[in-house]
Amino acid sequence: MKKKLSTGEMVSRLLAGDRRAAARLITLVENEMDDHHEVMSLVYPYTGKAMILGITGAGGAGKSTLTDHLIGKFREQGKKVGVVVVDPSSPFSGGAFLGDRIRLQSHSQDDGVYIRSMASRGYLGGLSRATYDVIRIMEAMGNEVVIVETLGAGQDEVDVIHIAHTCLVVVTPGMGDDIQAMKAGIMEIADIIVLNKADLDGTDRSLRHLQGALTAGSFEEGAWMPRVVPTVSTANKPEDLQGIDELAATIAEHQTYLRKTRAIDRVRYDRVEQELGLIFKDELQKIIFKGLKGTGKKREYINSIIEQKNDPYSVVEEVLNTYLLPWE
Amino acid sequence: MATIKKIKVLVTKVGLDGHDRGAKVVSSLLKEAGMEVIYLGMFQRPESIVKAAIDEDVDVIGLSYLSGEHLIFTPKVVEEMRKNNVDDVLLIAGGTFPAEDIPAMEEMGIDKVFRAGSLTESIVDYINDHVEE
Amino acid sequence: MNNQKGTETIENREKGSTNDDSFKNLSGFKIKALYGPEDISQPGREADLGLPGEYPFTRGIHKTMYRQRPWTIRQLGSLDSPSKANERIRQLLQMGANGISLCLDMPTIMGRDSDDPLAEGEVGSCGGVAIDSIEDMRNLLEGIPIDEISINFVSNSQSSVILSMFVAVAEERGVPLEKLTGTMQNDILKEYQAQKSYYFPPRPSMRLTIDTLSFCNKHLPRFNPISISGYHLASAGATPVQELAFTLANGFTYVEEGIKAGLSVDSFAPRLSFFFKVHNDFFENIAKYRAARRIWAKTIRERFEAKDRRSCLFRVHTQTSGSSLTAHQAENNIIRVTIQALSAVLGGTQSLHTNAFDEALSIPTPRSEKLALRTQQIIARESGVINTIDPLAGSYYVEALTNQMEAECYKYFKEIEDLGGVISAIEKGYYAKIIADSAFSYQREIEKGERIVVGLNEFFEEEETDIELREADPEFEREKVSDLVALKENRDQALVKACLNEIGEVCQGSDNIIPYLIKAVKSYVTLGEIIGVMKEIFGEYREDSIY
Repeated sequence: MKKKLSTGEMVSRLLAGDRRAAARLITLVENEMDDHHEVMSLVYPYTGKAMILGITGAGGAGKSTLTDHLIGKFREQGKKVGVVVVDPSSPFSGGAFLGDRIRLQSHSQDDGVYIRSMASRGYLGGLSRATYDVIRIMEAMGNEVVIVETLGAGQDEVDVIHIAHTCLVVVTPGMGDDIQAMKAGIMEIADIIVLNKADLDGTDRSLRHLQGALTAGSFEEGAWMPRVVPTVSTANKPEDLQGIDELAATIAEHQTYLRKTRAIDRVRYDRVEQELGLIFKDELQKIIFKGLKGTGKKREYINSIIEQKNDPYSVVEEVLNTYLLPWE
Repeated sequence: MATIKKIKVLVTKVGLDGHDRGAKVVSSLLKEAGMEVIYLGMFQRPESIVKAAIDEDVDVIGLSYLSGEHLIFTPKVVEEMRKNNVDDVLLIAGGTFPAEDIPAMEEMGIDKVFRAGSLTESIVDYINDHVEE
Repeated sequence: MNNQKGTETIENREKGSTNDDSFKNLSGFKIKALYGPEDISQPGREADLGLPGEYPFTRGIHKTMYRQRPWTIRQLGSLDSPSKANERIRQLLQMGANGISLCLDMPTIMGRDSDDPLAEGEVGSCGGVAIDSIEDMRNLLEGIPIDEISINFVSNSQSSVILSMFVAVAEERGVPLEKLTGTMQNDILKEYQAQKSYYFPPRPSMRLTIDTLSFCNKHLPRFNPISISGYHLASAGATPVQELAFTLANGFTYVEEGIKAGLSVDSFAPRLSFFFKVHNDFFENIAKYRAARRIWAKTIRERFEAKDRRSCLFRVHTQTSGSSLTAHQAENNIIRVTIQALSAVLGGTQSLHTNAFDEALSIPTPRSEKLALRTQQIIARESGVINTIDPLAGSYYVEALTNQMEAECYKYFKEIEDLGGVISAIEKGYYAKIIADSAFSYQREIEKGERIVVGLNEFFEEEETDIELREADPEFEREKVSDLVALKENRDQALVKACLNEIGEVCQGSDNIIPYLIKAVKSYVTLGEIIGVMKEIFGEYREDSIY
């Protein structure tokens, strides 16, 4: 039996930096257990100060090795680091194989680093909401930097990355055509494009493509213009690594930009707005389905749509009128 | 309305041995059985295993052995768990062991030993039966 | 699963015997109910069969095969301490073994001395012997006629150092190097693909392998400098056809590298040997050997333009399948080993190691080791299978399977080539993924009862195995460490330092490293110290892909 501490007690341990309390609370919010809301209310006042760094890109691009090096850089600055690594669940069994920790081994003995693997399982409130909560807990734990790493596949994961203040998109040379295809998407979310494995053939060509794509885009006066940083994140000897210092410097530059231009306010506003929207969507759905429960109405509505006696929009309008409007 | 809690299992190898076939195959089969597997790979030390188990809040730690190192590393992992008050995680081991070592391993603190050639089904059943909600 | 269910499964299988899908071999080939002349009559391929001892050697590499000389019975002779291993080798030789395989313990395999903190608890592990210094090599070989019996060193990443110690001891004993026979496994490619005992990145590792090859080429003409091993690929999960294809592709890579290093193909190809695993499927295994000989011969002659017929010979050592053995009803393993051994003999192996039946439980006992050895002697002396050469030739089934194995092999060669060759395929995670997938499919077939393992998923019985087991010696590690510490204290430290500096310099250049290593081991520089310096120069390899 897992030991039962009161929620309040667990949160105060979390605030003192206790990793077991953090781990337990993350499990609790991940599984959307009953005291989930209470936990988040208690934790919230202690969040909002950390720098949130998003790292996304296709499998095999080297996200985890880059994360490993960046953790090192932040640790050199004396900052505590939290890392959330999101990996896909099997759509068939619901199980997951979470192997990224293997690549984050340089810090396996460092108490200033907290790493948590997350499967993208069918979260009731959506993956992004669960991830946001996990990030908040890591902030409350005292981590000054929280890194979120996702595979960047599917809207769900792009939404996750939206919470980041600074977003890195990792690409590799030879992804030329993919880059063309991804261009629009990358421009939307990337603050920094990392061209990893920059010792492979085709690096120069990819670099030109990316830079060309960026200069072709239109940016507002004074806005951040996404940078391309070439790196080599896997090497057998430390001296063969490339671009890690430059990457860390570019991240710092973006942070300075956010603060100086007060763009950070806008970022924060957007993030909270999005978070709020997600929670609303989720909670409203819960309220409505709860209201319908046991009335047999849900089945009735669904069947009426299947039989084309009704359409989803009319059903939603009718339900909203019945269950929400009276509360106004 | 809570989602069904997934069982989380940490699978790893201690020591210098690099035979990871068993650990990988079992991990994949546990995934197929709907569990979430944190795969730590080979060449791990007891301290990093227990730290990962804490961070990931796993329900089970599974140690894969091959070369007869089980009697050396088992007590070290158990001791590290004790030092960190990890007393609510199942500790299981799989691999090649003499029959007579099994009581010794259980005495040391392994909850259940699975010998080479066991069916994964028996591991899945054991975990499902012994991880408490 | 219980007995009753087991019986039902058998009945179902009998009823369903017309269902083609249930009959497939381990490589996944569907096997037909009947094979006939139409399955082997491919116009223009008559020459592919040939005669034993003649190109392309499908029917065997010797004209007389076992009639003149049976295969070499090569059993494992390792045991924690060098002196105990020495005792064991003498016993095996006395019992009639004529070759010895020597395994290293886990710290030595990982390039660490017995006194390395990471070696704690693993000194003498895995049934292997701990080799730290030349002193250990002396004790190991004490009184053994190294100019008469062939020793197979199961040594890979550390081969350059082990060879140097072997050569140094031979020189001390006044044994001419040209008389030394035996084998150094020294197959680094399969370490990255399956076995995972690597230190450096693939390219510097390849340089050490080729340095060893070149040195042997010049000074140890009767010694096999590389044993290209499919065994470990198969143990990690590769199917028989994958084992065949990957092993041969590795072999061709060593030939290319040897040629690049300035050797002529005919000067070293005759000394390349192979190491296969024999798995449970009897005929599939035989076809694997026959296809291997043919592909090797053709490629060496056609692609590498070898003139010497000996370059074209695919010489192979075989071990029965450790991973097919079960801990449940362990005595059943005696039968498995026997069938596998027979299959290797009918496949035309040059030497054979039979596993002890209790291996799935622990390190084998002297009694089970003797039984394994007797198994080979019974096949050789009682079964009559050696009376004629390649007795299965012309079997519609065996010939069809041989052709199919060969054709599938070329598909894998193409995939590897498209990835830029073997080393590049390693770096891209090709092998790790294919082998893990195969291991997973195999286990899943067993779990689902699609593949039967008697005593495990059929005819299972609850049992308490009551088998005699060998006692481990807990004192051994302590003694080994204190001996090593004493050795390190009582040597010429300045000389040691100079040797290590020199090795570092040679690593950065292109000189053959072996003479420098021989000098160093004679000065009591240890294996762990040498590997440590090399790591500083070459860097350490980390596997990038998990799957």
